[in-house]
Amino acid sequence: MTDASRPEVEDTVWEEREALIDRIPRWIAMTFLFVAVVSIWDLVTRMGWVSAIILPTPAETLEDLIFVGGNLIAGEYMVDALWTTTLTVAYGFLIAAGIGFSLGVLVGETKFGERAVMPYLVAIDTMPKVAFAPLFIAWLGFDIGSKVALAAFIATFPIVVATAAGLYAANENERLLFKSMGATRLQTLLRLKLPTGLPYIFTGLKIASVGVMAGAITGEFLGGGRGFGALIRQSASQLDTPRVFALILYLSLLGLALYFTVVWMQRYFVFWNKAEKPGGIG
Amino acid sequence: MSKVEPLPREPQTTVARSLPVYEIERLSKTYARNNLTALSDVYLTIHKGEFVSVIGSSGCGKSTLLKIMAGLLPPTTGRVVLDGRPVLGPRPDIGMMFQQATLLPWKTTIENIVLPIEIREGRAAAKAAHVRAMDLLELVGLGEFPNVYPGELSGGMAQRASICRMLVADPAMLLLDEPFSALDEFTRDFMNMEFQRICMERGATAFLVTHSLEEAVILSDRIQVMKARPGRIVEDVRINLRRPRTLEMINTQEFGEIVAHIRELLGKEAHE
Repeated sequence: MTDASRPEVEDTVWEEREALIDRIPRWIAMTFLFVAVVSIWDLVTRMGWVSAIILPTPAETLEDLIFVGGNLIAGEYMVDALWTTTLTVAYGFLIAAGIGFSLGVLVGETKFGERAVMPYLVAIDTMPKVAFAPLFIAWLGFDIGSKVALAAFIATFPIVVATAAGLYAANENERLLFKSMGATRLQTLLRLKLPTGLPYIFTGLKIASVGVMAGAITGEFLGGGRGFGALIRQSASQLDTPRVFALILYLSLLGLALYFTVVWMQRYFVFWNKAEKPGGIG
Repeated sequence: MSKVEPLPREPQTTVARSLPVYEIERLSKTYARNNLTALSDVYLTIHKGEFVSVIGSSGCGKSTLLKIMAGLLPPTTGRVVLDGRPVLGPRPDIGMMFQQATLLPWKTTIENIVLPIEIREGRAAAKAAHVRAMDLLELVGLGEFPNVYPGELSGGMAQRASICRMLVADPAMLLLDEPFSALDEFTRDFMNMEFQRICMERGATAFLVTHSLEEAVILSDRIQVMKARPGRIVEDVRINLRRPRTLEMINTQEFGEIVAHIRELLGKEAHE
């Protein structure tokens, strides 16, 4: 029965609208930002506001990008340099992961580690680690060894801290559950604390993957050798800024490859933790 | 039961006075850390097939009592005996359930259920227990979800899976620490009825810690009312409502009287 005295009223239908800046699709947003930055860069160099020695034009940089790319594809000397740096980064990362994880378990699982080892680790971590580079060169020479050592040294600490934090992540009820099942300490570590801590450990590995790159390149700057870092230093000393830019861009591909290897491993091993991360890259 | 005040009404002995499963005598617990007496002179006997609850305000020592009964915490004085053997640590004949389902997210539902067996007897025994786990899943109405990961289960379903995990080793004693308190009220009512059905079907002996009066009354044969400072049992209330209990019983006068009586006991403390 409709109430005759009441006028016909339309349904209350309305939409919630997102702000324009939140509605832009990813590829448009990325292209827009890229174009904007390159345009400003081009303007700044074209107008001669900044000397060409300090900042090359986008066109010059592109030219060198193509040259370096061609060199890499043709398998010339730059490939050897990139391969040397790749090996340095890979060894450094594996050593950092091994030592960092072991120390992290010692710190996170035992009171001895927490009470005795952790304070010293914090003390070393606060030191500027790059300052150790001359020592590593003195100990291990100008070959790849000293660069690996510096890279591993820088990348170890975030893994220690992340592993230890991960081992604390299991909550009280889960610990009680394992205790009530009569689980041994090793069982609790392997079947509860480590799996629970995996997301933390992977976060540490991601931070380490960035640090290991910085360590390897710093090592090559300071200790010479045949890596990409030495190429960059060489170009920089010749004031060949476009080449420096191009080399850094190709170097960043190595960093990205390592980072996304870790991300892919995390997706595979922590399959149950599908929480959406902003940007979809972590 | 020397320390217990007179019962409010004559027990009608609906529960058969069968074998005692769990016996606690002159139990006390003092934390050395802050010299706090969490439990003082607790006596409690739980018979086979009995459902006993303990209720009290937070900090009255009910969780401490449960942990001692589970062998997770050593007592300061007293005798704690399950099935004729003293409880000197966690035991396979004790099944536990916690406030959260605490299912491991990287294991499927059925793998979670056989976890106690995997921990105690290894992977092969756990695999062999899958048949039993499947029967339990059917019992709680999760027969279609053995290979689902816990992340895909609702809160109520997850707690039902954790009931299965508690039952999988066929324990002599079930210890429950506010198992349904994290669920919404309707799911909780439903789970209480489900849990009653499961306990009756299996003749389970259970001990429940709760802070919900209605939950305690609807599930229990006896309710231990606890008070704090020091933690002690002040009254052993026998619930003579017939079984199976139904949610409609909550509206009966008898139910109301029991709730009122316990509420008065607990309320007195608040004004002390």
